[in-house]
Amino acid sequence: MTSQSFFNEVPLPDLANPAPSTPLTPRRRGIIVGASEGIGAALARKLAQEGYVLALLGRQKKKLTALCGEINQSAGEARAIPHPHDVTQYDEAPELLRKIVADLGGLDVIVFMAGVNYPPGGADKYNFENDRKMVEVNLLGAMAWLTPAAEMFQNAKAGQIVGIGSVAGDRGRVGNPGYNTSKAGVHTYLEALRNRLTRHGVNVLTVKPGFVKTEMLKAAQGATPFAIEPEKAANDIYNAMRRRKQTIYTPSLWRYVMFVIQHIPSFIFRRLSF
Amino acid sequence: MRTTFTQLENFGHSLRAPSYLIRPKTTEEIHAAFKQAKQLGLTVAARGAGRSYNDASLNGGGIALDMSAMNQILEWDTGSGLARCEPGVTLEQLWQKVEPEGWWPPVVSGTMKTTLGGCLAANIHGKNNFKMGTIGEHVTQFTALLPTGAKITCSPKKNADLFYAMIGGYGMLGVFTSITLRMKRIHSGLLTVDAFPVPNLSRHLSALLDGAPNHDYIVGWLDTMAGGSSLGRGQIHAARYLHESEDPKPQETMKLKNQILPPQIFGVFPKGLLHYFMTPFANNLGWWGVNVAKYIASLPKHTFRQPHAAFHFLLDYVPNWELSYGRGGLIQYQSFLPKETAEAAWTEILQMSKKRGMPSYLGVTKRHRPDKFLLTHAVDGFSLALDFKVTDANRAKLRAMLEDFDQIVLANGGRFYFAKNSETTAETALAFYGKSAVAKFKKLKKRCDPNGLLESDLYRRIFGRQE
Repeated sequence: MTSQSFFNEVPLPDLANPAPSTPLTPRRRGIIVGASEGIGAALARKLAQEGYVLALLGRQKKKLTALCGEINQSAGEARAIPHPHDVTQYDEAPELLRKIVADLGGLDVIVFMAGVNYPPGGADKYNFENDRKMVEVNLLGAMAWLTPAAEMFQNAKAGQIVGIGSVAGDRGRVGNPGYNTSKAGVHTYLEALRNRLTRHGVNVLTVKPGFVKTEMLKAAQGATPFAIEPEKAANDIYNAMRRRKQTIYTPSLWRYVMFVIQHIPSFIFRRLSF
Repeated sequence: MRTTFTQLENFGHSLRAPSYLIRPKTTEEIHAAFKQAKQLGLTVAARGAGRSYNDASLNGGGIALDMSAMNQILEWDTGSGLARCEPGVTLEQLWQKVEPEGWWPPVVSGTMKTTLGGCLAANIHGKNNFKMGTIGEHVTQFTALLPTGAKITCSPKKNADLFYAMIGGYGMLGVFTSITLRMKRIHSGLLTVDAFPVPNLSRHLSALLDGAPNHDYIVGWLDTMAGGSSLGRGQIHAARYLHESEDPKPQETMKLKNQILPPQIFGVFPKGLLHYFMTPFANNLGWWGVNVAKYIASLPKHTFRQPHAAFHFLLDYVPNWELSYGRGGLIQYQSFLPKETAEAAWTEILQMSKKRGMPSYLGVTKRHRPDKFLLTHAVDGFSLALDFKVTDANRAKLRAMLEDFDQIVLANGGRFYFAKNSETTAETALAFYGKSAVAKFKKLKKRCDPNGLLESDLYRRIFGRQE
């Protein structure tokens, strides 16, 4: 079924008028940057199910529109609005953020989910172009969106920022220096935001996924232990958001694995092949 | 002009709306804000004191024009009783200016913190609605800035269509820039108040109906906890102005120091702290106790004299009382019903609320008459305002109950008031305003605000975004 015929069968909910927030039906409002597929799409479905009204951003217009259509159909009202956007168009972020916050009538949470992984192709290969792309999307993209969002939340003295790091950001390893760096940068950036914003009543959550069965996993080299479905990751993220946690691993087993890995002394670590 | 992004709330602390706050000082600065909004693709809503219980002064994600800096009383003529004011002038400023000279605002709300701009936007009523109508009926003229940039002057004769639509139009056609209001002459700083109990709803309403013609103000307190044959019992306060000879020392009683609410109770305890002591009572059992005690205390019939400010501004008596309702805040559900159907409708509503275990904590009744404003909430009948505490646990149940209330009120020819109700849907609003009134308002909206610049959360809830 194409997305067009899908829309023709049942009238679309009125996208210009998301359901109003009232004291007895408070609407939480969120932005997910990087929602076309993978964990972003799964989290969008989850949050919409929980009553959130969402702006979904991604590069892939078709997938995004279809996802919004699906969410709105099953909710029977406008819960998701698509915004095709490439996060490396940094200058677009502040204006688009302002427009979305006006459309949603406020903002409770922003999730930066967009990420790419272009491994150099082996422990002895180097590829600056790939490294650059990863830093541009994973780190600079996050900073382009979360900086204006952080300022907004600080002034409003409320809000929640969710950033996606990775277990790969906890140590620099032989396989993919660029990816490690981009995610370590995200961790540090989120930590700095947390230290700035906690005193203003804003929660900053760092999510460190292990292997998740998404498009990105296909790029991974070698073994992918404890791989989970994106829906499981989305559930973990949602629960952490509700509890206003600081940092989570998904699945949580990675917390212990990474505790061990983080404490491997360098004279051993630099001899390892992963 | 400084723009700050900030979190705004409603009076009941039950809604939060992050907004860009602009605080204009002149008409030109309002105009500049319009231009800025257009440039940024944002909407604008004017905000007075933020004392409405719902979303009338909120514009989440958009611009809120905080009118509190335009608060000059521009002209005051003690001979004619005409006051020309900027829209951010509060009722508190106004009465304190005119009362010592023998005048009183013709219509006041239960709090004096409200601004005139806000009062006109909601077209407020007081405890004298049956006699004096709404505040709009005492406006001789106002000026406003439309989003088009046009400065207009309206009176019941000039631009009458806009006069009757902008008053009660919740700021959605333009922003008031000056308001001329005619005060009421008084001959004493005191009112004489008759207080007497009423044992049930039927007697309650007939007391309002029969008491109104002989008084200037009438208001009922309704014991929301009483049921069975006592359903709707309460106490009536009916007040009248003193005649010229009744107060031997009018100059003395009209002095401000004899009007102002004391900052302490029992002479020592600061009232600013009082709401903390109310918090433990803000639950079903606590308010049951308060209501029962209040009814017992109301049983002896008595007459006394009371300063105007003390009689009117009950909501200011305990500062920040609304905070005692806790994190979820409170909502108010007010319905206006024709005198013929009110008893049946409210019997059903009060019984339903008891049966579902969600009693209101406070009930207030008033007597009303119709007016000729386009978006009017008035009827020839009564209103009943019910306060409900909002908690995470009761939200869904309360919402369902208020939807049922709405159906009862609509079926009985009732209306609603948008300074109060926060859950009313677009369909309900269309049903009681009537299609032709809404169409007329939307036509004026297109004329005054072709680009849909003025929007509040209330507007979007009731009328939706403009096509």
